[in-house]
Amino acid sequence: MTEILVLVDHADGQVRKPALELLTLARRLGTPAAVVLGAGDNAAAIAAKAAEYGAATVHTADAPEFTAQLVVPKVDALTQIAQATEAGAVLVTSSGEGKEIAARVALRLGSGLITDAVDLEAGASGPVATQSVFAASFQVKSTVTHGAPVITVKPNAVAPEPAPAAGTVQAVEVAFTGNAATVTARTPRVSSGRPELTEAAIVVSGGRGVGAAEGFGVVEDLADALGAAVGASRAAVDAGWYPHTNQVGQTGKQVSPQLYIAAGISGAIQHRAGMQTSKTIVAVNKDPEAPIFELVDYGIVGDLFTVLPQLTAQAKG
Amino acid sequence: MTLRIAVCVKYVPDATGDRRFADDTTTDREGVDGLLSELDEYGVEQALRIAEASGDAEVTVLTVGPDDAKDALRKALSMGADKAVHVNDDDIHGSDVIATSAIVAKALEQVGFDLVVCGMASTDGTMGVLPALLAERLGVPQATLLSEVGVEGTTVKGRRDGDAASEQVEAQLPAVVSVTDQSGEARYPSFKGIMAAKKKPVQSLDLDDLGIDADAVGLAGAWTKVETVTARPPRSKGTIVTDEGEGGKQLAAFLAEQKFI
Ligand SMILES: Cc1cc2nc3c(=O)[nH]c(=O)nc-3n(C[C@H](O)[C@H](O)[C@H](O)COP(=O)(O)OP(=O)(O)OC[C@H]3O[C@@H](n4cnc5c(N)ncnc54)[C@H](O)[C@@H]3O)c2cc1C
Ligand SMILES: Cc1cc2nc3c(=O)[nH]c(=O)nc-3n(C[C@H](O)[C@H](O)[C@H](O)COP(=O)(O)OP(=O)(O)OC[C@H]3O[C@@H](n4cnc5c(N)ncnc54)[C@H](O)[C@@H]3O)c2cc1C
Repeated sequence: MTEILVLVDHADGQVRKPALELLTLARRLGTPAAVVLGAGDNAAAIAAKAAEYGAATVHTADAPEFTAQLVVPKVDALTQIAQATEAGAVLVTSSGEGKEIAARVALRLGSGLITDAVDLEAGASGPVATQSVFAASFQVKSTVTHGAPVITVKPNAVAPEPAPAAGTVQAVEVAFTGNAATVTARTPRVSSGRPELTEAAIVVSGGRGVGAAEGFGVVEDLADALGAAVGASRAAVDAGWYPHTNQVGQTGKQVSPQLYIAAGISGAIQHRAGMQTSKTIVAVNKDPEAPIFELVDYGIVGDLFTVLPQLTAQAKG
Repeated sequence: MTLRIAVCVKYVPDATGDRRFADDTTTDREGVDGLLSELDEYGVEQALRIAEASGDAEVTVLTVGPDDAKDALRKALSMGADKAVHVNDDDIHGSDVIATSAIVAKALEQVGFDLVVCGMASTDGTMGVLPALLAERLGVPQATLLSEVGVEGTTVKGRRDGDAASEQVEAQLPAVVSVTDQSGEARYPSFKGIMAAKKKPVQSLDLDDLGIDADAVGLAGAWTKVETVTARPPRSKGTIVTDEGEGGKQLAAFLAEQKFI
């Protein structure tokens, strides 16, 4: 069976959940082979995790270039591995960096590129990707007609399922091509201790209606009671009430949790673009005419400062 | 030496309008109002700021798009760009991103550049990959998704806020950068700017001018194929309750029923 290469996204020595989702999807298309780049001493543990989720082979490469230069070293590695193994397809997580890597790999391989797939199936002539476009108002099914398909997949496209495989580790020497921007300093993001926004099963978001940075207290309390991640609208981020890394929407994170709770958010098209594919949507808003109510499964017309604390108390039971 | 800055901009259907697909599964760019992608205003803005800081720079805006895409160029010119290049050819219709990147890259080579500035993503395709593809094709470094950008001598520097870390990055010119909507509010065109824009040169190029074979682009030359397009069924109408003191509890009951609590 053809090898389906999966670029394994990892941070702080841990495999990120979307990589396990990719391995799960790859099994529908062929034999998954993981690619683990720049993981240092953690490579073995990451390879083991990839094997647990179906990787028959794990290609690993490590070099200072992977962290010292932007994008290109990973493109070099992934392209060279895809060529050497004659991979049937290449799957990468849809993050800002993931998409850039995938695009350049596609160009080097002479392959078509599909980004932001929300589902993947095996088709008669290769993988069929589902994209959710125009702020999730259309579903598009597309295929790659030239070269080994390179596809980026959004987090939460599928529930990761373990399927233990050999996970034979193969160390790879990469020929670096250079011509990259250099990273002169790196400040790791401080973890909030809450689930990762794009990976969380539940997201609670606050908007302009929260009124101030302190107002996010009621949003965080509810999130913690539900084990949820915290999101914010751009209005709240632009006001400086919450960090940009938590922004949900077209120019923030695109989330697709089981449950999305929007508090004090009107539901602008650009916000919807980041949350409209959520399974269950709930909103709390003072204004009965707020467009967010068009999307909800359950909505409360009311003041978030009374509704949220009451809900939090109930959730804590 | 004059710093040559080229800004790539896209003309897109208005996101607040009724965006749809045409019968050939391409984006309907005829029946829907279009405009300069809002995210490309940030690219124009940063290019102008870099030009102003340098004192000796020329800003060219470049678009690949249909006739109406001129509106996007006019807007950028009225913000303060010096000149514009419009690549327009019926055979481009339906190009995928690999083909689009070939056209934009060829046009950039013809125009000449020290720095290429792009937006973070278009507001219709939203792929966010064209800048990386341009860097690959042009053989220059990419410093993309920057929330802060500046040029010092022959080095472009900036801050890239990733998922796991915030990075300071730099590259030697010539280079391709893309800027996010965190990079600084875009200016509004002044009345003077709008009047001046009418006299600024807009050069038109077609595929022949760029030496690109029509078969290599458009729907025919695409390496991807849209098989089906389906409008998502509207979400079924949910329950809306007005809070009369028990709203939080009612919501809790709904969430319990759905097994979230
Ligand atoms: C190119 C572009 C990209 C964009 N990208 C994004 C993006 O990624 N994410 C994003 O979110 N936006 C984005 N926007 C901005 C978007 O258009 C909206 O401006 C933004 O989403 C509005 O945020 P909001 O809903 O919090 O604020 P508002 O629209 O001001 O809504 C606030 C809501 O809070 C309600 N409210 C007020 N007080 C209370 C209270 N006490 N209790 C309950 N409800 C209350 C009000 O009734 C109102 O409905 C983008 C815009 C553009 C042009
Ligand atoms: C809903 C939708 C989904 C699509 N999915 C795919 C897909 O999966 N694979 C595929 O190959 N194609 C796809 N396309 C086609 C693709 O969007 C176009 O080929 C487009 O020209 C480039 O992609 P983008 O708009 O996403 O650009 P992005 O990569 O998001 O654009 C980033 C930046 O590049 C510059 N730029 C983009 N387009 C132009 C232009 N025409 N002229 C000048 N500068 C420009 C701007 O600075 C912009 O901010 C899709 C199109 C749509 C509408």
